[in-house]
Amino acid sequence: MNGGDAAGRLVRPFTLTGGRTRPSRSDFTLITTVTAVDPQPVGGARPQPEHTRILRLCAKPIVVAELATGLDLPVSVVAIMLCDLLEAGRITVRQPRLISRTPDLDLLKKVRDGLGRL
Amino acid sequence: MAASDPTPQRMPAPDAVKILIAGGFGVGKTTMVGSVSEIVPLRTEEPLTTAGLGVDDLDGIPDKHATTVALDFGRISIGDDLVLYLFGTPGQQRFWFMWNDLALGALGAVVLVDVRRPESSFAAIDFFERRKIPFVIGVNGFYGEHPYEPDEIREALALPEHTPVLLFDARERASCRDVLIALLDQLIATSAR
Repeated sequence: MNGGDAAGRLVRPFTLTGGRTRPSRSDFTLITTVTAVDPQPVGGARPQPEHTRILRLCAKPIVVAELATGLDLPVSVVAIMLCDLLEAGRITVRQPRLISRTPDLDLLKKVRDGLGRL
Repeated sequence: MAASDPTPQRMPAPDAVKILIAGGFGVGKTTMVGSVSEIVPLRTEEPLTTAGLGVDDLDGIPDKHATTVALDFGRISIGDDLVLYLFGTPGQQRFWFMWNDLALGALGAVVLVDVRRPESSFAAIDFFERRKIPFVIGVNGFYGEHPYEPDEIREALALPEHTPVLLFDARERASCRDVLIALLDQLIATSAR
């Protein structure tokens, strides 16, 4: 594989996901927080090297966008691998609060005050 | 411990919220994200998927296999348990299919305007108006200059009276912070109503 050229860069990530291009779950937004389960569950399929990299990066809570940057992989690819890890019980997921549907005054004030302290 | 039953995490993850920084190509979105972010702005690149192919005509783009959409983002920690992310939206019109995903769950948006070519931000304004996503206008003064008053700009952009228009400098951290605060004040006022 010619990993150095631009076409290789586009093709290669999806070989990590077994050719799937759509997450089986839409659980992973840009700011969904993921955390590796500690200790990792015993048994089950051994994680692939890319999965192990993800688990290392999310030993502490990290959002999907930052994880993708750390891995230098597209968010869409990372989301698919996170699906595998979630299904294997290796990570936990925390969704962002959906602000636009339920405006949360306390949260807004907290952000406002935090910005004021910058 | 069953593998299918994730254990509750011990380390509490902070809440994450996001604000979009939008506007036409080259109005200063990445500059603004960089000015207020506590980290060097991060970038992810997404390959153009079939979702984009239906919308875009890629014929004639020589390097079409390599087409990616870059997404710049920064982070501001609000205490220990809350993190604000700023996402610069892709400026080029042909990448707009990504905007719906980006806008989902956002607190609101800052639409940057360059007064020398305000039309480059019309589509962004349109996008947020249609989806009823609250936004403020940040008029980026290139070289620190502001030849127009907020009212003139509001009128030129055909915005309702209550839309905040702020003159600012995307290179200045305090200036960017004030624009974000104006957005939060607007959100608080709306949600308290």
